[in-house]
Amino acid sequence: MGRYVVRRLGQLIVVVLGATLILFACLFVLPGDPVGQIAGSDKARDPAVIEQLHEQYGLDKPLVVQYGTYVGKLVTGDLGTDYTQSRPVSEILAPKLGNTAKLAVFAIVLDVIIGVSVGVVAAMRRYSIWDVSATFATTLAIGVPSIVLGMILQRFFVVELNWFPLIADDSFKSMVLPAVTLAIIDAALVAQLARSTMLEVLRADYVKTAVAKGLPRRTVLFRHILRNSVIPVVTYLGISFGTLLGGAIITETIFNWNGIGLALIQAIQQNNNPIIVGVVTISVAVFVVLNLVVDLLYAALDPRIRLA
Amino acid sequence: MTELVTGTGGPTAADPAAGKQGAEPSIAKVSQWSDIRHRFFANKLAVVGLAIIALLILTAIFAPLLAPHDPLQQDLNATLQSPGGAHLLGTDALGRDQLSRLIFGSRIAVIVGLASILVALSIGILLGAMAGYFGRWVDTVIMRTADIFFAFPLLIGAIVIILLMGRGVLPVVLSLGIFQWATFARLLRSQILSVREMDFVHAAQALGASRGRIIRKHILPNSMTSVLVYGTSNVGIAIVAEASLSYLGVGVDPEVAEWGNMISAGRGFMGVKDFMWTYPSIAIVITALGFILLGNGLRDAFDPKLR
Repeated sequence: MGRYVVRRLGQLIVVVLGATLILFACLFVLPGDPVGQIAGSDKARDPAVIEQLHEQYGLDKPLVVQYGTYVGKLVTGDLGTDYTQSRPVSEILAPKLGNTAKLAVFAIVLDVIIGVSVGVVAAMRRYSIWDVSATFATTLAIGVPSIVLGMILQRFFVVELNWFPLIADDSFKSMVLPAVTLAIIDAALVAQLARSTMLEVLRADYVKTAVAKGLPRRTVLFRHILRNSVIPVVTYLGISFGTLLGGAIITETIFNWNGIGLALIQAIQQNNNPIIVGVVTISVAVFVVLNLVVDLLYAALDPRIRLA
Repeated sequence: MTELVTGTGGPTAADPAAGKQGAEPSIAKVSQWSDIRHRFFANKLAVVGLAIIALLILTAIFAPLLAPHDPLQQDLNATLQSPGGAHLLGTDALGRDQLSRLIFGSRIAVIVGLASILVALSIGILLGAMAGYFGRWVDTVIMRTADIFFAFPLLIGAIVIILLMGRGVLPVVLSLGIFQWATFARLLRSQILSVREMDFVHAAQALGASRGRIIRKHILPNSMTSVLVYGTSNVGIAIVAEASLSYLGVGVDPEVAEWGNMISAGRGFMGVKDFMWTYPSIAIVITALGFILLGNGLRDAFDPKLR
């Protein structure tokens, strides 16, 4: 187990380094000078000022050196300095990452409640009207992308009913709609997954044995059926949570939720490379860390899995 | 009876053995493909999905014939007209005909959806097959590279490539392809690893078949179907991703008739001119559903066990 964790951590570092290298190489060859905007308009630009800014941000050094410096700082949690505000990127993104995390947690909680309960009911009452409606509703929900669902929810609950603010502040109230948008599509997938794994487990011999030896229904359901059905669902939720923490760009943009996804889109409009690199790095790192956590959770949930 | 068995009948009729066999009470030979076709068409939802996709592709091909107006032509005397009259689905803020833009938008959806999945499949099949077949360090290098690409959420990865290449159809196709190949490579590799150990492969080896023959005739055909089926259902995901990128302002150029652009243009008129974003939204939802139904149908037809 210990050796497995160490090996996975090693892989994780390789993945994050590879991802930052791709990102860094892509953004380095980008046309346009990143300091151009803060050096003033075209006429007022002083070559000396630009040179000084280049020196200040280390842009005069070769790519390899810049990447080395970037990675060296990354290890200490330093994501570089923002060009437009002259503040550390980590300082700018920290509160936004907090907002994204709040949204992700809320969405995942809704996701689990809706998804698992719908899936379990559908599986336990297979072919009933509940099962058929659940299959219909989940297929439909998966087909509705977040750009469409977000627009519809905003149209009715913000514009029509005025229940929620149009421009989100960081309040709980303005978090409801983006969280629901994220949760509905995901919950549909969770419900389908929970249903199909449960149907598989229900057929398993150990469930028949448990019933045959006269265990109470409740014990069979919780100890035998649910515990064994939960593994694929946990995997899915872990990956989904990782994706949400990496910034739900569309949903955050539609509802103006001040998270790192919105920050990424704004940074693209302002040509603000350090913020772009920062957001993508965070999003990749969070995703691989959560993947590792999910794999470790496997072992805790399923005694058959031995990590080596 | 003979026609049922052989289909074409021609060459078999010349075969002297055929007459003899025909006389015996024979069981109609059902090929694997007709079995799959039968299972697919027996599934009503799958047929609905197929019909939607067929309609989408036909709309894309015949867009210039179907569209009542030029999707790019502005008419500043007829801006923001509500549906009805000369413009069945109304006009946008520049007086462009919404129905025509919707019809031409299907072209971008079809082109980007199919092309990006083709890019992803080509890279994924090549690298996945190499990893699965050669194993050892080739496998390690390819799979760790796949991990790196897999770590990027699709939209975020795509945005990075688009920042590099600029907006447009080609950058969107390439970026969505580059960040989807890893899934196909992983899937094909795991399929190859399991098929390689199956009895019919061992039998072929025992009969002295060459390595090349085993790969071509036995391992690849049996590992590819699930990859291709998965690829089909991912076309819908690619189309939604493309519309999302355009909605965010990092997809195709804003003046192009494209669904994400249309929704984005309608965002400012929410509650006032809702028709601007509702029709393209419906188009995206129907397309996405079409690919989900088609993908589910294909999956169930190819492997009824997975149901």
